[in-house]
Amino acid sequence: MTRLLIALLLILPALSAPRAQTNDGALEITVAGGEFEPISLAAPGFFGAPGAAADLAQRIRGVVLANLEGSGLFRAVPPEAFIQQIDDFDSAPRYADWQAINADALLTGRASIEADGRLLVQFRLFDNFAQGQVEGLQFFADPAEWRRIGHKIADAVYARLTGEGPYFDSRIVYVHESGPKGQRVKRLAVMDQDGENHRFLTDGRQLVVTPRFSPVDQDLLYISFERGEPQIYLLNIATGQQEILGNFPGMSFAPRFSPDGRQVVMSLSQGGNTDIYVMELATRRLTRLTDSPAIETAPSFSPDGRRIVFESDRGGGQQIYIMSASGGPATRISFGQGRYGTPVWSPRGDLIAFTKSGGGQFAVGVMREDGSDERILDASFLSEGPTWSPNGRVISFFRESAGANGAASLWSVDITGRNLKRLTVPGAGSDPAWSPLLP
Amino acid sequence: MTSTFKMTLMAGAALLLAACSEEPPEAGGPGGNPSSIGALDPASVAYFQQTVGDRVFFETDSSRLTAAGQQTLVRQAAWLAENPAVNVVVEGHADERGTREYNLALGARRAEAARAFLAAQGVAPSRLRTISYGKERPEQLCSAENCWSQNRRAVSVVAGAPTS
Repeated sequence: MTRLLIALLLILPALSAPRAQTNDGALEITVAGGEFEPISLAAPGFFGAPGAAADLAQRIRGVVLANLEGSGLFRAVPPEAFIQQIDDFDSAPRYADWQAINADALLTGRASIEADGRLLVQFRLFDNFAQGQVEGLQFFADPAEWRRIGHKIADAVYARLTGEGPYFDSRIVYVHESGPKGQRVKRLAVMDQDGENHRFLTDGRQLVVTPRFSPVDQDLLYISFERGEPQIYLLNIATGQQEILGNFPGMSFAPRFSPDGRQVVMSLSQGGNTDIYVMELATRRLTRLTDSPAIETAPSFSPDGRRIVFESDRGGGQQIYIMSASGGPATRISFGQGRYGTPVWSPRGDLIAFTKSGGGQFAVGVMREDGSDERILDASFLSEGPTWSPNGRVISFFRESAGANGAASLWSVDITGRNLKRLTVPGAGSDPAWSPLLP
Repeated sequence: MTSTFKMTLMAGAALLLAACSEEPPEAGGPGGNPSSIGALDPASVAYFQQTVGDRVFFETDSSRLTAAGQQTLVRQAAWLAENPAVNVVVEGHADERGTREYNLALGARRAEAARAFLAAQGVAPSRLRTISYGKERPEQLCSAENCWSQNRRAVSVVAGAPTS
């Protein structure tokens, strides 16, 4: 994965001269709350010299709009509604024309192929009601990277207009499933967050489950039954290099990286008893964090690395607890009806996602770290295994339908509970894990 | 392929028995399985699976051995005493009504419960290994209690004996 060269696109004097005072908060949306109106965005065109550049410009525009509309926070204004016909990247917007059709924001772009063969893409974002340019960037990249430029532009627009962090330039690794229910073939696969650039990482000869992305690079942890008992493996998806994490006595599973990527917290089972351990990757030094006859598993670090949320049946049933990252006493945080498991701390720290079961259903939801404000985002026969988008705004998870012909599917939902949608994968998929933003 | 076919036959027999029993029956057991009459070498894997009974079942979210399960394990231990060259991998399984990682831990508990019982019955610990499959390898595929009760299991897989 090559690094994109990104530079601020200077505001053109001709456009900035009549610019009104930029109102930073003009378009910021409110995350919570019952009433919600998507931001309306007009994107008249991405321009390019006839040929390759024009073609790439249109495709990049398509990626940008698909991301923004797919987030559920934006609505594209149909071109038929446009009053001002912008046909040049350097045209000045007539804000009144855009206000008249209730277009909150205006996005224009341009692509060209440089003499050295690199693709140059520029874009400008205007706030039609504050009447000024609010963002402008240019990207140099290999033309083969045109999709990533689309994701980067969408991220810049999204971040600027919603006040949330970016997340479109990211990937999802998951477990592709095929074969009958009793003999599932499971393969690790990775794809862009929008389902593109799908590829397999394992060949299906070994049963694999629960991949987890490093929060800092393109390393994965996952579980393979290759040696019989389930064990944790470490895989670099850029190089394809993989290794077993350690020669543990008994089963090792439920791994997650620390926020700095230097440690792995996990479960080891010995003599039928499952406890939580942490391993420093550089030295492979292992430290035990829990010591009880209960099942202690599914640990996840807080974003500051100081605490660990996990599940335990020490109180009788599966519930969620928080302890210090060095172990010691734990505080139970889940008190609703039913069982709670698979806690995952949001990368922005405000919420913990979980799987809840009871009454014949499984649900995915979020709660605060003190257990308050529990919100169920999806419930079905089986909804399980939430993972956070890099900005902590969206959750992906999987469902599995009932019966002998039941199948797994990948889904995403906004933390407000809006915009529930199925992710497109070739076949059935489970155990999604979202990557950090790409470098 | 052969082993899959046998498993299907056995599961079919277990289901027939389940219809008139409160608790899931341990496969085989004294009285035998109709499909095995007169055909099996008592030292064979097939005899162990069908006549001795290769599996025990558990209640929901439990790793406690039932009375029927303990009887099956007593028979397994006796058979293993008769066949000292055979080693065992005890597989622990869970039904689909739990999260993936919890079920791996639960399967480990179930496998250990069966392993510890066999060891207490005199089977050398060096002959016994465990592995948890969690909910990854259900044997009955419907999403109802009569299937889940068959999937909450610990199966003793024997190696080193003739197959039939």
